[in-house]
Amino acid sequence: MTPLIEVHELSKAFFGIAAVKSVSLSLNVGETLGLIGQNGAGKSTLMNLIGGVVHPDTGTMRFKDAPYAPHTPSDAQTAGIAFIHQELNLFTNLSIAENIFISQFPRKGLLRSIDRGAIRQQTRDLLASVGLDLDPDIQVDRISPGERQLVEIAKALYQDAALIILDEPTTSLTARETERLFTIMGQLRSGGKALIYISHILHDVHHLSDHIAVMRDGALVAHDPAANFSVNRMISLMVGRSIEQLYPPRTSTPTTDVALSVKNVTTAGIVENISFDLHRGEVLGLFGLMGSGRTELARMIFGADAYDSGTILVEGEPIKKPSPRASIRSKIAFVTENRREEGLLMGIDIANNISLVSLPDFARTLFDVVNQSEMLDSARAMANVLQLKSGDIAEQPAKALSGGNQQKVVIAKWLLSRPSIFIMDEPTRGIDVGAKYEIYSIIDRLAAEGSGVLIISSELEELIGMCDRILVMSRGELYGEFPRAEFHEERVLRAAFREQDLPVLPVQEPSSAPAGKEEV
Amino acid sequence: MNKRRFNFVQFLLNNSTVFLFIIIFILFGLSSPRTEAGFPRFWSPENMMNIIKQAAVFAGIIGVGMTFVLLTAGIDLSVGSNMYLSVVVAGLLMRSSGLEIVPALLVSLLVGTLFGALNAFAIVRLKIIPFMTTLATLVIGRGLGTAFTSSQQIDFPERMNAFGQTMVLGVIPMPIVVFVLVVIAAWFILARTQFGRQVYAVGNDIEAAKKAGINTDRTLAMVYIISGFCAGLAGFILASQLGGRVDRSFGETREFDAIAAAVLGGTSLFGGAGNVFGTVLGAVLIQMVGTGLQFNLVNLYLQPMVRAFIIFLAIFFDSLREANLKKMKRRFIRPLEVHRADAGD
Repeated sequence: MTPLIEVHELSKAFFGIAAVKSVSLSLNVGETLGLIGQNGAGKSTLMNLIGGVVHPDTGTMRFKDAPYAPHTPSDAQTAGIAFIHQELNLFTNLSIAENIFISQFPRKGLLRSIDRGAIRQQTRDLLASVGLDLDPDIQVDRISPGERQLVEIAKALYQDAALIILDEPTTSLTARETERLFTIMGQLRSGGKALIYISHILHDVHHLSDHIAVMRDGALVAHDPAANFSVNRMISLMVGRSIEQLYPPRTSTPTTDVALSVKNVTTAGIVENISFDLHRGEVLGLFGLMGSGRTELARMIFGADAYDSGTILVEGEPIKKPSPRASIRSKIAFVTENRREEGLLMGIDIANNISLVSLPDFARTLFDVVNQSEMLDSARAMANVLQLKSGDIAEQPAKALSGGNQQKVVIAKWLLSRPSIFIMDEPTRGIDVGAKYEIYSIIDRLAAEGSGVLIISSELEELIGMCDRILVMSRGELYGEFPRAEFHEERVLRAAFREQDLPVLPVQEPSSAPAGKEEV
Repeated sequence: MNKRRFNFVQFLLNNSTVFLFIIIFILFGLSSPRTEAGFPRFWSPENMMNIIKQAAVFAGIIGVGMTFVLLTAGIDLSVGSNMYLSVVVAGLLMRSSGLEIVPALLVSLLVGTLFGALNAFAIVRLKIIPFMTTLATLVIGRGLGTAFTSSQQIDFPERMNAFGQTMVLGVIPMPIVVFVLVVIAAWFILARTQFGRQVYAVGNDIEAAKKAGINTDRTLAMVYIISGFCAGLAGFILASQLGGRVDRSFGETREFDAIAAAVLGGTSLFGGAGNVFGTVLGAVLIQMVGTGLQFNLVNLYLQPMVRAFIIFLAIFFDSLREANLKKMKRRFIRPLEVHRADAGD
């Protein structure tokens, strides 16, 4: 049988730096290929070559047994390749039906108006085939991220795509939505569709794929049936060396000095009577299922959102008028969940991103003029300390960095203001294994230097690997506290689930990606 | 209890322009001079008809064109100058070669549309941002118009005035009929055609629109051409209402009213949200304020300030609404009832 798609010695360089080096791959009808690799390994570039977003320097492709050289994304679409991006491409101000037909509506009558009956009917059928029971006329901004993902798949089915590429589709989905997506993927596969699945959740990749391809530094380092891989092997292929441990050893122990004290913080309908202390030198984990109020609590502590009652004290001093500015003055740093939207100015150069919080420190002269060279020197020094992998930080914009390096810029930005309290919301989300280790090392160093670090994460393993103590949040309340000696995955999870309906966990290999998946 | 009050506030804010409209309507009515029977003149059917007619020619028709542009997150500052240039060309031809009304109207439409196409070319092909492009064509359009007329007033032949006074079916002023037709056509295009839905898509996320295979250049070009067409139409109708006299200040600052009408009607300056019916409401509101101030004999020099203040107020309500909506959309994790029971203890 000829493969559905064949990629032959494809290469692509950007400004002389090879992003994809002579990659050859093939995929048959009805097969799923798992594609893994660290951020910056060339996965996205390879997919962009297939999707017609960029063009190869050398190499050829064949699709459906014919030469295939797409010039634009619509060429790929017409040929039968659907590319579902990490950031979805739906129009939130249009209905589901309109989103599916937007590039070409069926039309009727003298005035060539949209045949609304027809698109409604066809959309209903398409939605049914991905297991969605939604009104085709409902506007997309009113449906959940998981439902939007499935609408994207319905769109791919409408375009009659033979190959569907899914790039990190589960990052914003709940466990139930993820499960549904996987079921639909199974159905698509038995229906003869070929799938390429890109994810950092290696367990999912292993479970879903027939073949797995591993990329490192632009080259394909392994391409084998999934059965030949263990999660451990996948990791060592990705990093090119064997990582014995995913977490660096902790080099310090917490003190008894209270850095941050949260007392009876309550906001109607969101959090209820939250009290806890964070000590100097402590790494405190805050675990909870998605929607348990973790992020909301973090935002209140930082002053980004208001709370109804309660007190927050820094080094014994209450914060009177909570606001991000007040928190920054009190030496609190907040690494937000969302780098792209809340953590970085993506189009601005790295140096200015790093100096953003402490800019006033560089503007001590008349008229608050920023001392550029001093600012640049400090930013460079900080980039060095964190081993930032980038071009010239005064030139390169933040968006040109990989996820892990972007996160380092966010941390550098806060470090420069010498905070004593760090709140980190999902500090390693969407970051590859190697970069995660570096972030963990930074966290350990912060604690060793006497900062209090509060880590919010939905990856329980990460908290168990890094924290001195774990607090569990459930439905807006603190529902459990575990000192390091009592860390036990199942018990922490039970607390998060309030001991109800605890799902049977699949046995995980010791160093796989996340354990407990989120559930709403 | 708490919850219900919240919803009421949101309801008020959601319909702030409508409420503002009603309040202003009542206030101006109560304070306006009365007829012998004691009925406020402001509320008379003739005055209402007059307000709608003027709303159509001053802000309504160009407001509809502006709505298309704003939906793509663009802006067209040149509509006032375009109105002037279009009608100047039509008027000069009427005088020099005795053009009849209908061909003259077509000339005005053609000039307006071509002017819109010029904007479209600069924005789509030369990639100059809409704000700068239309700021430049605002000056160019007025400059060409004054050059063609040597900055003199143009007096149209008498038939222009007669055309302006036309009553359709004997009772409805011609500008209102034109306005209604423009609004229906615009609604149909935006809500029921592929192009219209693509306008919304482009305004929502232009990169995604490109990836979806939408010809975004064509879509963007079309909205400026439509805006230009509306300006050509509005210019001609407005000239007919002014008795066929067009001086060098004709159409000046119309762009402000057109943008205000659309925004008052709920069209977002950031693209992707809005519709033409809102613009109609906005245009009538603006005109009602203007007429109401004249009725109440407010100092002529104060009138523009009062109008600007009311527009400011409406847009302020709009931003309050956005902020409140954001607060409402906050995720609730815990059932509120629990908390209320606690509070009741």
